[in-house]
Amino acid sequence: MIKVEGLTKRYARKIAVDNISFEVEKGQIVGFLGPNGAGKTTTMRVLTCFLPPTSGKVSVAGFDVLEQPMEVKRRIGYLPETPPVYPEMEVHEYLEFVGRIKGVPSADLTRRVLEVSEKCAVFDVRKTLIGKLSKGYKQRVGLAQAIIHNPDVLILDEPTAGLDPHQIIETRDLIKGLAARGEHTIILSTHILPEVEQTCERVIIIAKGKLVATDTVANLTSRLRGAETVAVEVMAGDGVPAAGIVQRKLEQVAGVSRVLPKEQRDGRFHFTVESLEGRQIRPGLARAVVEAGWSLNELHAVGLSLEEIFLQLTASPEDARQTEAIEAMAEPAGETK
Amino acid sequence: MNTLTIARKELNSYFRSPIAYGVMAFFALIAGYFFYVAVVFFVRRGMESAMMGQQMPMDMGEMIIRPLFSNISVIGLFLIPMITMRLFAEEKRTGTIELLLTSPIKDLEIILGKWLGAMVLYTAMLALSALSLVVLFAYGQPDWHPIAVGYLGLLLQGGCLLAIGTFISNCTKNQIVAGVAGFAICLLLWVLDWASSFGTSVTDRVVSYLSVLQHFDSFSRGVLDTKDIVYYLSVIFVGLFLTSRSMESLRWRS
Repeated sequence: MIKVEGLTKRYARKIAVDNISFEVEKGQIVGFLGPNGAGKTTTMRVLTCFLPPTSGKVSVAGFDVLEQPMEVKRRIGYLPETPPVYPEMEVHEYLEFVGRIKGVPSADLTRRVLEVSEKCAVFDVRKTLIGKLSKGYKQRVGLAQAIIHNPDVLILDEPTAGLDPHQIIETRDLIKGLAARGEHTIILSTHILPEVEQTCERVIIIAKGKLVATDTVANLTSRLRGAETVAVEVMAGDGVPAAGIVQRKLEQVAGVSRVLPKEQRDGRFHFTVESLEGRQIRPGLARAVVEAGWSLNELHAVGLSLEEIFLQLTASPEDARQTEAIEAMAEPAGETK
Repeated sequence: MNTLTIARKELNSYFRSPIAYGVMAFFALIAGYFFYVAVVFFVRRGMESAMMGQQMPMDMGEMIIRPLFSNISVIGLFLIPMITMRLFAEEKRTGTIELLLTSPIKDLEIILGKWLGAMVLYTAMLALSALSLVVLFAYGQPDWHPIAVGYLGLLLQGGCLLAIGTFISNCTKNQIVAGVAGFAICLLLWVLDWASSFGTSVTDRVVSYLSVLQHFDSFSRGVLDTKDIVYYLSVIFVGLFLTSRSMESLRWRS
């Protein structure tokens, strides 16, 4: 349905998207994942014919975005990051307007407006000025706008950004509902990882304009399962050693690749320990803690979530700052699980 | 069809916001005042000529209608930037331009639609001044031909200033910048011929040909001159053409 080959988009000074290729099959729902500024929005804008690619071939439903933009636009529903609504219009007026410019025949217009406002649960506010709606409602109006002409492809740029947890769940259910019918091929971008795990079949991960991975969610998880991640809680007795000492001790255990201090409270230290590929580190860790005379409160293997995969894939040692940013952004995601 | 949809949407948002009412009220006030001044002057001239016992030529067209139309054309310079400043700047600021540019409509349809919407508001504004002329028809028999030509001139002049304003609004996402720049350019096009109107060199003639108000002169006298009509139509074309180029560059640059 969507075919991107060697897409590069260069702005005056920087390269936003660097030689990306991927394909999306009909009826698939694909998560476009990456930290802010990774090039997600730019890629989506190229797909929607808002921006022309600098080089590379991009086609939607067999139509090239540069050669037949009108055909592409007719088949795409697009919800940008901020819903493109006119605050001075009433909801039904707005949907009628969008329906008209998207080429919905006048005879079907009233019916389509009714259908999408019911589908997106904005029927009860159809006579309200959009400017007076809450952010969640605006987002739903934006979604209704994107599907008014029943497009083959639906492109949603961070559809849940800035919503409260309740609205996020509603919006996700809505998207899943649209996907379930199999009428639309959906690409949604997000930096919230659980969202992808919950809603998407496939993930495309990009960072700094480059394609990092593209696979199904299940495959990605198994691909990186070779390494083990272990959560450890150590309680130090009267000795009360500093976290750094404990950390160093754990790092010396054979097979450990990385020790990340998590939190410390009342003399308890939490760590996340990662093993090298194919190594069992739990016995070694237990022994080390006990030998040091501390007590081991907790020791269990943590399943590798998409979040960790993402961190592993997108972070490189010289990018400490970016890693921090990714970790910071992963935080709110945890709340919404 | 799409053009009309866009035009309707523009008109809709003009009348849902204070802009339309503000501009029209201000115009009605100033145009009414100019009409009042012209009529008072006309009446005083009439009384003076009666008292002195000598017949002075009393020409309603020359003494009321002509100054009224040239004044209205100057007011247009001030009000038109207020009409056009939001056209594209607002869409760019709020991101709704993404909706328009990802819809299956041509750039030209968007531009024409917006210009047409502004044009309708401008026409509605001009219609308010016709109320004063009703008074003239009630108490006298002015010739309607020069009035019709005058309005045609106002529409053409307004159309070309609106086209320029549309272009300027497309160049920025800040409405205030669009408004101020539009006003500056309108003003410049007005005063352009002041320095050159008495000159006879080729440069002087070219510069005064470019001045917008210069071309309105014949219309206010009730004369239809092809040269002026061609000027106005070509400025409208250039303004809208530049807008479409600027839209195109928006795509390639941003």
